[in-house]
Amino acid sequence: MTSELTRLTAAEMAAAVAAGEVSATELTQAHLDQIAAVDGQVHAFLHVSPEVALAAAGAVDARRAAGEPLGPLAGVPVAVKDVFTTTDMPTTAGSRILEGWRPPYESTVSRRLREAGAIPLGKTNMDEFAMGSSTENSAFGTSHNPWDLTRVPGGSSGGSSAAVAAFEAPLGTGTDTGGSIRQPAAVCGLVGMKPTYGGSSRYGVIAFASSLDTPGPLARTVLDAALLHEAMSGHDPCDSTSIDAPVPPVVAAARQADVEGMRIGVVTELSGDGYQPGVLARFAESVELLESLGAKITEVSCPHFAYALPAYYLIAPSECSSNLARFDAMRYGLRAGDDGSHSAEEVMSITRGQGFGAEVKRRIILGAYALSSGYYDAYYGKAQQVRTLVIRDFDAAFEQVDVLVSPTTPTTAFKIGERVDDPIAMYVADLCTIPSDLAGNAALSVPCGLSAEDGLPVGLQVMAPVLGDDRAYRVGAAVETALQARWGGPLLAQAPRLEENKG
Amino acid sequence: MSGTMAELVGFDEAISRYEPVIGLETHVELGTRSKMFCGCPTGFGAEPNTQVCPVCLGLPGSLPVTNAAAIESTIRIGLALDCTIAPWSRFARKNYFYPDMPKDFQISQYDEPLCTDGWLDVTVHPEGAPPRRIRVEIERVHLEEDTGKSLHKGGATGRIHGADYSLVDYNRAGIPLVEIVTKPITGTGSLAPLAARAYVTELRDLLRALGVSDVRMEEGSLRCDVNTSLAPHGATVWGTRTETKNVNSLRSVERAVRYEIERQAAVLDTGGRIVQETRHFHEDGGITTPGRSKEEAQDYRYFPEPDLVPIAPAAEWVESLRASLPELPSARRARLQAEWDLSDLDMAAVVNAGALDLVAETVAAGAPAAEARKWWLGELRQRANADGVELVDLAVTPAQVARVTELVAAGTLNDKLARQVLDGVLAGEGAPDDVVATRNLAVVSDDGALSAAVDEAIAANPDVVGKIRGGKPAAAGVLVGAVMKATRGQADAARVRELIAQRLG
Amino acid sequence: MSITRDEVSHLARLARLALTDAELEHLAAQLDQIITAVARVQEVTAEGIPPTSHAVPLTNVYRPDEVVPPIGADAALACAPAVEEQRFRVPRILTED
Repeated sequence: MTSELTRLTAAEMAAAVAAGEVSATELTQAHLDQIAAVDGQVHAFLHVSPEVALAAAGAVDARRAAGEPLGPLAGVPVAVKDVFTTTDMPTTAGSRILEGWRPPYESTVSRRLREAGAIPLGKTNMDEFAMGSSTENSAFGTSHNPWDLTRVPGGSSGGSSAAVAAFEAPLGTGTDTGGSIRQPAAVCGLVGMKPTYGGSSRYGVIAFASSLDTPGPLARTVLDAALLHEAMSGHDPCDSTSIDAPVPPVVAAARQADVEGMRIGVVTELSGDGYQPGVLARFAESVELLESLGAKITEVSCPHFAYALPAYYLIAPSECSSNLARFDAMRYGLRAGDDGSHSAEEVMSITRGQGFGAEVKRRIILGAYALSSGYYDAYYGKAQQVRTLVIRDFDAAFEQVDVLVSPTTPTTAFKIGERVDDPIAMYVADLCTIPSDLAGNAALSVPCGLSAEDGLPVGLQVMAPVLGDDRAYRVGAAVETALQARWGGPLLAQAPRLEENKG
Repeated sequence: MSGTMAELVGFDEAISRYEPVIGLETHVELGTRSKMFCGCPTGFGAEPNTQVCPVCLGLPGSLPVTNAAAIESTIRIGLALDCTIAPWSRFARKNYFYPDMPKDFQISQYDEPLCTDGWLDVTVHPEGAPPRRIRVEIERVHLEEDTGKSLHKGGATGRIHGADYSLVDYNRAGIPLVEIVTKPITGTGSLAPLAARAYVTELRDLLRALGVSDVRMEEGSLRCDVNTSLAPHGATVWGTRTETKNVNSLRSVERAVRYEIERQAAVLDTGGRIVQETRHFHEDGGITTPGRSKEEAQDYRYFPEPDLVPIAPAAEWVESLRASLPELPSARRARLQAEWDLSDLDMAAVVNAGALDLVAETVAAGAPAAEARKWWLGELRQRANADGVELVDLAVTPAQVARVTELVAAGTLNDKLARQVLDGVLAGEGAPDDVVATRNLAVVSDDGALSAAVDEAIAANPDVVGKIRGGKPAAAGVLVGAVMKATRGQADAARVRELIAQRLG
Repeated sequence: MSITRDEVSHLARLARLALTDAELEHLAAQLDQIITAVARVQEVTAEGIPPTSHAVPLTNVYRPDEVVPPIGADAALACAPAVEEQRFRVPRILTED
């Protein structure tokens, strides 16, 4: 029974708790059991906190028993990416430099989820400071893709995607800077959403690239993603870039699930060479499916998307080189080399040399380079102009169509170790997702089948205008409904059951 | 402190050969209730690390949110300096590592400051020469955040050099700091040190009038960096400048410029070159010493602060701020000078004595301007000088001085008695009327009390009486003096003369 | 070569990253590759195109000048590597600010 509880959707779990069919404590325990059974294989979590989770679940049960109103996610477990600060669990951002840090304050997103009654199970693995597409850049080991344990679960929110795909949690939080929600969702057969930039608060999100970082949901269904999206989002006065407007009606859109009459654009530039044939095949089928559901399909060219990837790899490292300066061994975190013989300057350098991993160092140096006087205009400045051009491409496209679609990733999940010392190959994983990060618009990844070559999940990306998040959900839900009818159930039903593995 | 006293050239000699160019960068801590980007309080002197939060400690994940009052204060400063207020301005990150800077970047402004291109007129009062007005052009006024404070432990001096380690308090980190940068000030010649001091003084008074800062140099809420360069007379290019930091009193501003002129002249005289460097001013010796040179040139890698959105002050709002500016010090001085009917020199004397506000308040409390000025610049200034304090620190209020002048005008006191009343007030004996009562100081004009004293004086001075009767009425002064002595100065001298005249007339 | 080993070494110092010689060697080669790749942005004709630093254009976001209670010295210092006299203890500082 408990293993079946973990197979419910988040919407079903919330309804069951609200109706008293299952207690929050039972539901939480079922997920803790599943973590105990499978996390040794998946390594989705950096920290599991049964005490915190069961205390929160007990509080929900007590509220229900007392007849008090319950939050929309009351009793539903959630896996929290270790980039969100939490006062009752350590927060490391996957970095040795923050090992053991206990923040004295709570991130807005995790606070809102707690207020909505969600049960935080623990903190999930991630590429160090969210830099990466595989979790291989975590200082605390790589997470594994539940579809094939020899492959990566994507990244940087790969711990959350692995946890949700392995039924360790129905919901996971992520942050998307270059694709860090959508890419792991795609390669694990999940739904992942990057909300409009500023739609969800960055307060308490350990910054990678401030002008790009966007918290968002990972879930097994479009509706679940929308429920989490709604609970975690909204204006936050603690984040100056937070949009002071109502959250778009994402839950209603996920329930509407219809594309009749919608104009959908296929982006010319996000296809072709370098894309895995199985990915392109599933993508083409999805487009046909959308057409059969009544959408009007056109091809749209966004010529500057070709420059989005290089622009991103200038902007994000520039911002990160500055954001990560504060890890200087003076106030918190690791301090190395403080033996009395070294100055503060030397201790900073020694600590940062030891505390940061290779990818973080690469990006810090790249960012310092792009911002240095003499290079600024040619690199950072130029990248900011490309950003304008990408926004203009989107603006022009959304004059013609309601949403744009593309594959979420050029390939399915790659093998652990395959790209680990080949940064350029790694960076290409974010080719399709980066334009929406640069432009700040909403974008969703929804599973659209398995690639013929390797039997691994493929994601369909749906890009909507700024604050048009609901449109992405509407399209995603329509695709999900039609495909599940075709498959005879959720895509994840086809994934191996890890809890049955021996040893 | 590294090393030996530099060689110096006498100031007049230096000026005879070189033309100084100065520039000032002034940092002002705004007097907002909360910090620049978080809600932490800003009070001076709190226990260490008690006025901090995740934002001003730069904890991972924290984000800044701009204090509206800091923006408003900066714009008001810009308007008071007749600057252009940028319709669109941004914060930028200035990236460099330093232990007292929690994020290892400072949120500042770079190429898009809030205010640009203003000016401030200042007047210098050289000794033995007429006052001279100098227009100081303002390059920019921008807003940034302050850093924490370090205590250096171990070593002998408590200074950074030779310390074993340091202790950091972040209470000051994140307090809003306005930086006001002048354009190079040229053509001041031997007046350069005075001009620098006059500028900072005028700026301080202006900021105080605006009510945007408590401008206490001794507490660091007003801090100055002074740039100085020299070029031979007639040269077409300016010399290399040094930037002297840690100049934290008005007197030090003047001394630092003077010292740098004398030092640089000595270097140039011997064919040496001035190194572009940061120097530190030492209050004790009045000298500057080179800062430790940085291993490599700073590259601050400025870029727009992505955590903050642009500042776009609405033109109507800026105009409403302009309209609501208080009367500024220069305008006030001009108005008061006219109201008090003073010459430039007399007005300068009032200003230089630090008596402007005191005289103005005394006048406002009802005293005639001439009387107010006479007491503050005369008797009270002598007392202040004798005690080694500023006028404003004397234990007498303008209202009390006004009351004394009122009593004199009414004939209740004469000047001599008035001085005794002020003595009593300064000695803490209470308000002027209390002192008059307890010391029994009122002028005696009652004929009954005076007649006896007059009769005594006449009886005791027959020779004087003879002179008066012999046609020398001026000799009556001796009798008046005797009466005054007998009444311990309290007699109404005019009435005494009348009584003498009656008796001898 | 788009970037030399010396430049990488200089940037590492600027960014306060102590690197071993082997790391430096390896990083320099990778950065050379990456910079060549990202330099593609220079192919774009961007004459007169304004830069974008914020994807969603907001202006004038402020908070009122109100005091919020601080977190207290204990919480502030709880994670400090070293504390003395209620202050953060740091190694000796070489350069002046």
